[in-house]
Amino acid sequence: MRKLVIAISMLAFAGTAAYADPIKDRQDLMKERGKLAGQISDMVKGKTPFDGAAALDALKAMQANAEKFDVDTLFPAGSDQGKTTAAPKIWEDMAGFKATEDKFLADTKAAVAAAPADADALKAQLNTLGGDCGTCHQTYRIKKS
Amino acid sequence: MAWLKKLVGAVIVLGGAGAVAGWVLSAPVRLDAATVAQLGPGDAAKGKRIFYAGGCTSCHSKPGAEGDARLELVGGLELKTPFGTFVPPNISQDQKDGIGAWSEEDFANAMLRGVSPSGQHFYPAFPYASYARMKPADIADLYAFLKTLPAVAGKAPDHKLSFPFNIRRGIGLWKLLYLSPEPVIALPTGTPDNVIAGRYLVEGPGHCGECHTPRDFAGGVKKAEWLAGAVAAEGSGVVPNITPDGKTIKSWSDADIANYLETGFTPEFDSVGGAMVEVQKNMAQLTADDRAAIAAYLKAVPPHPNGYPARKPAN
Repeated sequence: MRKLVIAISMLAFAGTAAYADPIKDRQDLMKERGKLAGQISDMVKGKTPFDGAAALDALKAMQANAEKFDVDTLFPAGSDQGKTTAAPKIWEDMAGFKATEDKFLADTKAAVAAAPADADALKAQLNTLGGDCGTCHQTYRIKKS
Repeated sequence: MAWLKKLVGAVIVLGGAGAVAGWVLSAPVRLDAATVAQLGPGDAAKGKRIFYAGGCTSCHSKPGAEGDARLELVGGLELKTPFGTFVPPNISQDQKDGIGAWSEEDFANAMLRGVSPSGQHFYPAFPYASYARMKPADIADLYAFLKTLPAVAGKAPDHKLSFPFNIRRGIGLWKLLYLSPEPVIALPTGTPDNVIAGRYLVEGPGHCGECHTPRDFAGGVKKAEWLAGAVAAEGSGVVPNITPDGKTIKSWSDADIANYLETGFTPEFDSVGGAMVEVQKNMAQLTADDRAAIAAYLKAVPPHPNGYPARKPAN
């Protein structure tokens, strides 16, 4: 019985270790944000024609992404090590870090609520959201070689 | 024992001569009359462009200031470097705490020679080694623009530096080595105008080389590795290589570079980060032509391998 419990807990542990890769998870979410920003930017710049429904979809996807971005799960203690550009500052100032993420979520919600009518309106929204990217990356990301 | 006396005497004389020479050589040098004459009356409207090209607000506004508060140049940011902590001072128009009482000539001496109105050296954390390449007329315009900004009372704290960097006079010797109004990159005749315009913006007011170029033991930029990237002076990161051999500039088009400076987005829609966030906000205020000129120059500088060590393999 004891052996079985140990075996199960070892399996469970191995399972968590194999599946929980917060660095990859958070990088995937960030990459998705970038892709969505790219779609929006193409419309703002007229590379693709402005399409209100598509723009709103992109903003909604941005909001869903922000809602999935659970800081506690994605940035556990110790995940500043390895292939990451997360700055140590995140763990020194967790409250400040969460506040920038909360602002991004609030701004995505506001953008979805005010469905953009034209490319100019979308541009203003992209500026706000892009500004959020920069504000967070200014303090909480470091460049590595 | 006579020889010993002679030797001691010789050492004292030589040492004394060395000290005198060092004192003379390290003296602050103000602008000559001919340069001062070129200043002329400034134009505040033109000076606004120089203000943003120079990034004054990034260091001199209150840390974390947004919007119009970025025009309150009260100082107080802390730059933590291996030499100690530098604190940019109040350069608002306050008569007592800021630079409201400075003449145009005082301002030009600060920008082009790194000398204060009282005749002291400024520390080169104030990037006058770059500003020294600026045109006197642009200095005059910037002076006129600064006059339009608010006066804000309050002195920023002093720098906190360790020995020997706390001896200001030593900066005079540093200037002999590193202060020059000449361009860093000599461009051949026939170089397109926008590359030359970009060189001026990058090497002069933009002072890009101050962070993007590695420094030698004395804290001077290594011109042989101009813009090759460097270990960040603050914190633990690196500042990217922005020569044509750097992995970003190599794969980005001129338009990509200009767009990054305007919007803060890379071609892959990653965003600007670190100290560059403040810089990009300033670059966004320039004209599209200015940003295109910067891009053209970055594509034209000599390529260099990265000026920082490769990342240690991850565990």
